[in-house]
Amino acid sequence: MRHVVTLYRSSVGKKVIMAVTGVVWVGYVIAHMMGNLKAFQGAERIDAYGEFLREVGVPLFGHGEVLLLARVVLIISIGLHVLCAWQLTRMSQVARPVSYRQAPHLELSYASRTMRWGGVMIALFVIFHLMHFTIGNIHPDFVPGGVYHNLVAGFQSWPIAIVYIVAVGALGFHLYHGVWSTFQTLGANHPTYNRYRRWVAAVIAVAVFAGFASVPAAVLAGILR
Amino acid sequence: MELRSKIPSGPIHEKWETHRFDMKLVNPANKRKYDIVVVGSGLAGASAAATLGELGYQVDCFCFQDSPRRAHSIAAQGGINAAKNYQNDGDSVYRLFYDTVKGGDFRSREANVHRLAEISLAIIDQCVAQGVPFAREYGGLLANRSFGGAQVSRTFYARGQTGQQLLIGAYQALERQVAAGTVTMHARSEMLDVVLIDGRARGIVVRDLVTGAVRSHAADAVVLATGGYANAFFLSTNAKGCNVTATWRAYKRGAAFANPCFTQIHPTCIPQSGDYQSKLTLMSESLRNDGRIWVPTKQGESRRAADIPEGERDYYLERMYPSFGNLTPRDVASRRAKEMVDNGLGVGQERNGVYLDFRDAIGRLGRDEIAERYGNLFDMYQQITGENPYEVPMRIYPAPHYAMGGLWVDYNLMSTVPGLHVIGEANFSDHGANRLGASALMQGLADGYFILPYTIGDYLARGGFRPVTSSHPEFVAAERAVDHTVQRLLDVNGARTVDSFHRELGKILWDHCGMARTRAGLEDAIARIPAVREEFWQNVRVGGTGQELNQELEKAGRVADFLEFGEVMCRDALHREESCGGHFREEHQTDDGEARRDDEAFAYVAAWEYAGAERDPVLHKEPLTFENVALAQRSYK
Amino acid sequence: MNLTLHVWRQPDRSAAGAFERYEARDISEHMSFLEMLDVVNGQLIEAGRIPIAFEHDCREGICGACGVLINGEPHGPKRLVTTCQLHMRSFHHGDEIWVEPWRARAFPVLRDLIVDRSSFDRVIQAGGYVSVRTGSAPDANATPVPKRHADRAMDAAACIGCGACVAACPNGSAMLFTAAKITHLGSVPQGQPERYGRVLDMVARMDAELFGSCTNHGACETACPKGISIDFIAQLNWDLIRAGLGAGAER
Ligand SMILES: Cc1cc2nc3c(=O)[nH]c(=O)nc-3n(C[C@H](O)[C@H](O)[C@H](O)COP(=O)(O)OP(=O)(O)OC[C@H]3O[C@@H](n4cnc5c(N)ncnc54)[C@H](O)[C@@H]3O)c2cc1C
Ligand code: HEM
Ligand code: HEM
Ligand code: SF4
Ligand code: F3S
Ligand code: FES
Repeated sequence: MRHVVTLYRSSVGKKVIMAVTGVVWVGYVIAHMMGNLKAFQGAERIDAYGEFLREVGVPLFGHGEVLLLARVVLIISIGLHVLCAWQLTRMSQVARPVSYRQAPHLELSYASRTMRWGGVMIALFVIFHLMHFTIGNIHPDFVPGGVYHNLVAGFQSWPIAIVYIVAVGALGFHLYHGVWSTFQTLGANHPTYNRYRRWVAAVIAVAVFAGFASVPAAVLAGILR
Repeated sequence: MELRSKIPSGPIHEKWETHRFDMKLVNPANKRKYDIVVVGSGLAGASAAATLGELGYQVDCFCFQDSPRRAHSIAAQGGINAAKNYQNDGDSVYRLFYDTVKGGDFRSREANVHRLAEISLAIIDQCVAQGVPFAREYGGLLANRSFGGAQVSRTFYARGQTGQQLLIGAYQALERQVAAGTVTMHARSEMLDVVLIDGRARGIVVRDLVTGAVRSHAADAVVLATGGYANAFFLSTNAKGCNVTATWRAYKRGAAFANPCFTQIHPTCIPQSGDYQSKLTLMSESLRNDGRIWVPTKQGESRRAADIPEGERDYYLERMYPSFGNLTPRDVASRRAKEMVDNGLGVGQERNGVYLDFRDAIGRLGRDEIAERYGNLFDMYQQITGENPYEVPMRIYPAPHYAMGGLWVDYNLMSTVPGLHVIGEANFSDHGANRLGASALMQGLADGYFILPYTIGDYLARGGFRPVTSSHPEFVAAERAVDHTVQRLLDVNGARTVDSFHRELGKILWDHCGMARTRAGLEDAIARIPAVREEFWQNVRVGGTGQELNQELEKAGRVADFLEFGEVMCRDALHREESCGGHFREEHQTDDGEARRDDEAFAYVAAWEYAGAERDPVLHKEPLTFENVALAQRSYK
Repeated sequence: MNLTLHVWRQPDRSAAGAFERYEARDISEHMSFLEMLDVVNGQLIEAGRIPIAFEHDCREGICGACGVLINGEPHGPKRLVTTCQLHMRSFHHGDEIWVEPWRARAFPVLRDLIVDRSSFDRVIQAGGYVSVRTGSAPDANATPVPKRHADRAMDAAACIGCGACVAACPNGSAMLFTAAKITHLGSVPQGQPERYGRVLDMVARMDAELFGSCTNHGACETACPKGISIDFIAQLNWDLIRAGLGAGAER
């Protein structure tokens, strides 16, 4: 136990928590993205899918229980993710009290430099997004359970659609660095396979971005209506 | 002054064994009552401090760098010898002993060298256990190479960074003791005096290089592991901070300085490229395994190397030494290169080098193979010179590299001042007039890990101390003297930089006490050095104050000591009317230009005793006897 | 060539610092960067001014003493070299060069371009060694070490402790330095008994020295004059996770 505490207290331990919680979210967004793609198969399929989500686990669990569990896990994860991000960011600020006149510009990837602000953007987006599609209080024409309708109606407003596309773009960047970074943080490291780590990250990032963005884009383009 | 070498009696291979039994032991419970000061954190100092701390002594260790890990030992590239005979090629303790005595041109002590060869075995074991990543074969066993013309492969190495890896091993052992509380490390601290009380070394005075504070540290014994003085020449392969200060100040307190004129010039360094040059870079000697050394046959040759036809090239080492060729020992190869340059055959813009050509090796083995063997060295060369050695031959020239001379020590590594021990390159003990490649690292670690920790115990166990603290009047007086010197340096406030004096001294020494020495040249140097010294004290400009981090002040103190030391070096070279090893007196050579020793008259260690600022030092002689290795003229024909 | 230098000058740890401008004239392209500073210093001394303090010793890229930020790049624009190995060939007539010390809480400036890196020593003290008593070692060939492992240990052990990784890291993290030591000792059999305790202790010390946290930027690897790979950071993380989950808990 002592070791677990030492690990948690260390900078690396916090990073491990970020990676694990990040992975939870990566899993969720991939599933969510694939679910969204059902919109292209028609209103029934995606609405049924929305219903399915609530039915998962029945009869072992009651209606919506698994979803509730998933929500709890997701909320705890994002909470820890943000908490650790905050602590580590503070640590880094303390570590360099006097900044350089000219900060080292060593081929840092854009993705790695924007993790913090990108993360904040994602957080703001998710809040907005929940109000938009889940609670529906800022949706112009929200129909509970009518996922397809909500989507098409919601993205009729092009500024909203653009916000979504930009947000999932930010997510793509977050994942491009984040997934690679997860390998690093969790120590998944082998001389033979290391060169594939960037590829995996790129594939996930692009797939998530393209998959998500396709829905608002298709609505804007009039393909989904 | 009496030079008692304290060599144990008995057959050579039993001396150390017998001696270890005869030495007194310190009661384990009492060890922590003894304070030991170790100055230096190179291979010798770090290994000694770590081992002494582990034994339970209270150790204070000092170095002038910001971390003990940066001591100059870190720069050693080639390797470390040990008589393991892992290659089954006929090596043995006796052979390593024999080679070292012969390589030292019969100016070292047989008993010390034999002990060194014996201990070489344990050093490798120790370092491997510390995690030193020596090169290995595919089977997982240690790899060896042959080095510096040795006939057996006994050199252990870690890429081109052997010194670094060995030092990191010793440094880590040291830091382990720091963590354990037995060693207190004082980095950025320069030792400026040894303090004697009742005729024994009882501590040192150091200056904190950050705050300028001058402080004393009292102890029961003092160990100097402060490295060599090749920087007397200004341009050398040594790190910029290497100095003679610690040993010189000890000399002024009564420690005899042995064989100061025995300096080693390394044949394969990159030639100087301009007046601004601050140091010379060594290129590993291993390059001579495949490179061919040559100069044009015509003086003032202006064609590019590639345009000079085979017939107009003089592969002079191959011509003069058909059996050893390009692999002749360091001193011979160096001297011949100088001869070529002096004859106007030098190459490069400044005409101050000879070619080391890989054209034939590349033709024979292919570029890839050469890159595999020497890639990093070629890169380094290109970095420094801007020339690509795969296409144009390298230019090399000898440079001062190592000091065989140092403070005189007895078999127990104690100087003529009781309680003052000297280890590593700082002492004179094992290499005679010439050091073989890969044996300095071995000596530093042998002294530090395996010899001094025993012998210092014997000294301490014999007792007879009275307790002293650093408030003793002798310490107070020494501190005041140090303060005074610092202030004097600052007060001169003249017009010339410290470096300009150092360069001037270096040039005199290089010209007259370098690779080839003559009576007239040495006398000239002895006449000129005092004049430089005098001007230094009237015209040097240091600037700043003594109460701050002041690098010019640090340098000034060291150069002031070199200016005194250089003269003794020349005196020693002048008095030694023979040629041996690195000491080549042009008057004493055979008909074909080889060094001629005079064993009748000079088979002794020359130990110089300080006799006061106004008086010439006094020469003492420790005769050398050779009972095991027959005195013979070296021949590399 | 002639150059304009802007060099950070700071009299001591507590004083405020500022850039000062110097003209470096007639600089030869064969000079090293430090020799160029020597020349500037010589002129400053002769003019009765205080020379620029900078750290150096071996001047051949192995001791790790030197190191400054040159135009925003630790050890300057060339890869895989230290400041002392950087030659003026890498610059052009008329260039403006900004020279700054490493900046990190754990590396306080002592004077001008000199910083205190003793925090690195303390990280090593926390466990960067193998506990082996002098004289107690078995024969060196008693334990064969696969060449692959020995080579990996050597790759990691090549670190010279210069601190460029910390200087380059946007977070001021010392992970590359620490990871190099963990990997060096963790790759050879001799380092195994203390492997997991070592990583816990060294990382705790690293944090306590107020180095920043690593977010896998990789700038350290780019800046490192010895090409130490960030793969070793993954190795450290792996060891640390295993240690946290109880590996080597019997220590
Ligand atoms: C470029 C080069 C390559 C070499 N290659 C090899 C090789 O391949 N094989 C081999 O066997 N040998 C080699 N040598 C020689 C060998 O490296 C040295 O002889 C050896 O490392 C010296 O070790 P040392 O511990 O005696 O001294 P050093 O390592 O020089 O350490 C001296 C210590 O004393 C301290 N010190 C000095 N003066 C003071 C003072 N006044 N106050 C406080 N502290 C002080 C320093 O801070 C330092 O810690 C090489 C040498 C050079 C220059
Ligand atoms: C609430 C908003 C979020 C914030 C503020 C945030 C912030 C951060 C920060 C600061 C990092 C560390 C920076 C780095 O490693 O370079 C990080 C890493 C990461 N994030 Fe996020 N993030 C958020 C949401 C997400 C989401 C929604 C996902 C996944 C879909 C995610 C996945 C990851 C991953 C995988 C990592 C890498 C962890 C590691 O390196 O070990 N993050 N995040
Ligand atoms: C264009 C992209 C997106 C579209 C079209 C979209 C669409 C939707 C829809 C329609 C719902 C409601 C589903 C339901 O109630 O059954 C939903 C829920 C949700 N979405 Fe998205 N989404 C997108 C991107 C994202 C992103 C990038 C994230 C996270 C980083 C995200 C996280 C969530 C969450 C957390 C929920 C709530 C799930 C729940 O607990 O019910 N979405 N999304
Ligand atoms: S890891 Fe590289 S940059 Fe960092 S201290 Fe070691 S050598 Fe310097
Ligand atoms: S740059 Fe810094 S963030 Fe990590 S990978 Fe290197 S320590
Ligand atoms: S001065 Fe030693 S690495 Fe640069």
